[in-house]
Amino acid sequence: MTRVLRLLAVRGLSAIPTLLIVACGAFLLLEFAPGDAVDAYLAQTGGDAGFAAELRRSLGLGGTFAERLAGFLVSLATLDLGQSVVFARPVASVIAERLPNTLLLMASTTLFAGGLGLGLGMLAGRRPGSLADHGISTAALLLLAIPNFWLGLLLVVALAVSWPLFPVAGIRSMTGTGGPGGALLDLAHHLVLPTIALGAGYIALYLRTLRAGMVEAWQADHVRAAQARGLRDASVLRRGVVRPALLPGLVVAGQNIGTLVGGSVVVETVFAIPGMGRLAFEAVTGRDTALLVGVVMSATLLVLVINLIVDLAMAWLDPRLGSTHA
Amino acid sequence: MALHRRDILAGATAMTAVALTGKAHGQTTPRSGGILTVAADTEPRNLNPAMVASNGVFYVASKVIEPLAEMVEGGDGLAPRLATRWEGSPDGRTVTFTLREGVSWHDGRPFTSADVAFSAMRLWKPLQNLGRIVFKNLEAVDTPDARTAVFRFSVPTPFQLVRNALPGLASVVPKHLYEVGEIATNPANTRLVGTGPFRFAEHRPGEFYRLEKNPSYWEAGRPYLDQIIYRVLPDRGAIAAALEANQIQLAAFSAVPLADMERLAKVPGIAVIPQGYDGITYQLTVEINHRRKELADARVRRAIAHAIDRKFVVDTIFLGYAKPSNGPVPAFDKQFHITDVPDTGFDRRRAEALLDEAGLPRAANGMRFSVRLLPAPWFEQTRQFGDYLRQALRAVGIDAQIVNNDPAAHLKAVYTDHAFDLAIGSPVYRNDPAISTTILYESGLPAGVPFSNQYGYASPAMDGLIRRAASAVDPAERTTLYRDMQKLAGTDLPLIHVAEFTFLTVARRSVMNVANNPRWATSHWADTWLSA
Repeated sequence: MTRVLRLLAVRGLSAIPTLLIVACGAFLLLEFAPGDAVDAYLAQTGGDAGFAAELRRSLGLGGTFAERLAGFLVSLATLDLGQSVVFARPVASVIAERLPNTLLLMASTTLFAGGLGLGLGMLAGRRPGSLADHGISTAALLLLAIPNFWLGLLLVVALAVSWPLFPVAGIRSMTGTGGPGGALLDLAHHLVLPTIALGAGYIALYLRTLRAGMVEAWQADHVRAAQARGLRDASVLRRGVVRPALLPGLVVAGQNIGTLVGGSVVVETVFAIPGMGRLAFEAVTGRDTALLVGVVMSATLLVLVINLIVDLAMAWLDPRLGSTHA
Repeated sequence: MALHRRDILAGATAMTAVALTGKAHGQTTPRSGGILTVAADTEPRNLNPAMVASNGVFYVASKVIEPLAEMVEGGDGLAPRLATRWEGSPDGRTVTFTLREGVSWHDGRPFTSADVAFSAMRLWKPLQNLGRIVFKNLEAVDTPDARTAVFRFSVPTPFQLVRNALPGLASVVPKHLYEVGEIATNPANTRLVGTGPFRFAEHRPGEFYRLEKNPSYWEAGRPYLDQIIYRVLPDRGAIAAALEANQIQLAAFSAVPLADMERLAKVPGIAVIPQGYDGITYQLTVEINHRRKELADARVRRAIAHAIDRKFVVDTIFLGYAKPSNGPVPAFDKQFHITDVPDTGFDRRRAEALLDEAGLPRAANGMRFSVRLLPAPWFEQTRQFGDYLRQALRAVGIDAQIVNNDPAAHLKAVYTDHAFDLAIGSPVYRNDPAISTTILYESGLPAGVPFSNQYGYASPAMDGLIRRAASAVDPAERTTLYRDMQKLAGTDLPLIHVAEFTFLTVARRSVMNVANNPRWATSHWADTWLSA
């Protein structure tokens, strides 16, 4: 138990500088980008000189770099995410709207890619070098090579237009769906195509990690010993080969989930899912500093939390970890 | 290839005619009911058209909040909406509006002249992006009775201009909701309350807007549709797919890529409709920084104009869905447009001769001088034309380096910092040269005014024409002045007009009465209906 507490304490403390650096990075990125939020807005509407000046005043965009930096640091210190310029609403409310969609997509993608990747990896790693192994590994490479926006469009054309099994876009139906059960089914129905488009590439990663681990495990002494003892093949495979090979799979999962919480601009755009990726993109094109800082910080925080969970899971699965150092 | 594409265009037009009359389905009597789902690609943070006169706002808001008058084809070009009559005094000091009887706001309160006076004085004039220019001399709006609003101007203001501004700049919002608190942050800016055929029902950010039928609309029996849903679809490929799958029935403003148009036009049940945008014509222009000494020479600017093959631009970049342009007023506006301007046809030899004459011979590397070229990121076509222009200029010995920016950076570089030599722009012509066109030519504007003369062009003759036209109350005199202005623009070439383009609507054939006025996508849709 002390290992876990130590891990939590160290991670919690080290998160603070990470978040600070990330927030300042986002602030500086937009500070040094040419044009400000008013320029971005006027690009859509036009307006005379007085109009631009009034807009800058009302948005608090006047002032010098030092003044804006001071304002930014104050809001950071008070944990105030502030007001989004692009949406004319509090940043927290915008993120609260978008984050669940991204988390849903992240969870479904991880389950889909993890499940399929590990399953296929197991099939391929059962007899390395067999026909099944070659077939699966080649197919996985193909999946890895397909760009996800293209796969997304392909899926839409095939499974939403030509053969209309799934909705073209969106995260839920616009009309009522009849009760919470219906809403859940509706959500799942909408998530199928984006999950496949986003997850296809990850399948290969999981598969290859597991397969490599299994190939290695087959050579290990404990497996040979088990085989020599005449244990059943299935039990050798499950306990001697798959189990140790799963650990690196978990590491890969932690990294992938980290990438996924940032959202995917491409898949969110193709499937019109209002998520964090598109939000970050809108924040940058709108020069919306408060919003970008909010998006980046919440994504970072999630990554840190997920990494922590993965580490705890690893520590639980593998007693060698954390016993001598945190 | 070009001929082939025109055939498709002609075919599309013929199909539209069928769609408009409804004969394709053997139905000619409008049917009430149904939900029309359309594509939307932006969600403006302020949806109030009395404050933000832009197409992105109008696309949704014009169904909820109505202007005093709307554009129509033919006649005098205007149809009554909230106003039934408008009359200007001969001295240009007053305009009297008679307002429609029996109109109420969506919250049940009656619509009166006080709403018009409030909208004009508190929103259009001080806050609206375009109204600040057109209504800047509006002194007061008198309301002798609930049905009459009298606009009083401090200096003579052409009635012609006020008329032409009504569809776009004169959206009326309810005084009783706006008179308390800050107008800029009023909740009604996003949850619209108007008098229009549809009521604002719901906005789920990132997903959709939903409008529903106003059962007590002033025009009996309208609207036909029960609901209009705007689905936010940021990807243009997804819009095409959603149309094919009939999950949306209409996409306006060329939301579907031009390259997909040919394919979609062949899908049974889908029509490509080029009409309905004449009132919002965009112009493809080359913006020129006159601070560069080479470009300050009119011969060099003329040489650049001669280096451009307008026909190629129209056929290749716009796939035929555009027209070559000869100046600041598009051909659609027959009131002001002229054809006799100095020739700027495609002629490379002439271009080279002019450049030689200007003392800019080709150097050892074959180039005469080099420029920074900033294509505006607004449209696919403005970027593509940037690539074309680079090649076209290279052929006459001008080395153009393309600088790509996102919208905010482009706006700042061109209109505030003047950090460009050539830029590709796409100004909108809004039914009268005084609304957003003369500003591209008049001098003395401060830096930072977007879509204005930030080019360093200053001509006393041009400024004089614009000033005189601004207060010319006699329509004939005003028209002549703007014709002279176009001639001078053609001689001086402070900026080069290359093409004029409108948009395309792609719609299921079940949608009826599409594109039946010159700013259809940004109008009321009260008469739009769905065939069974």
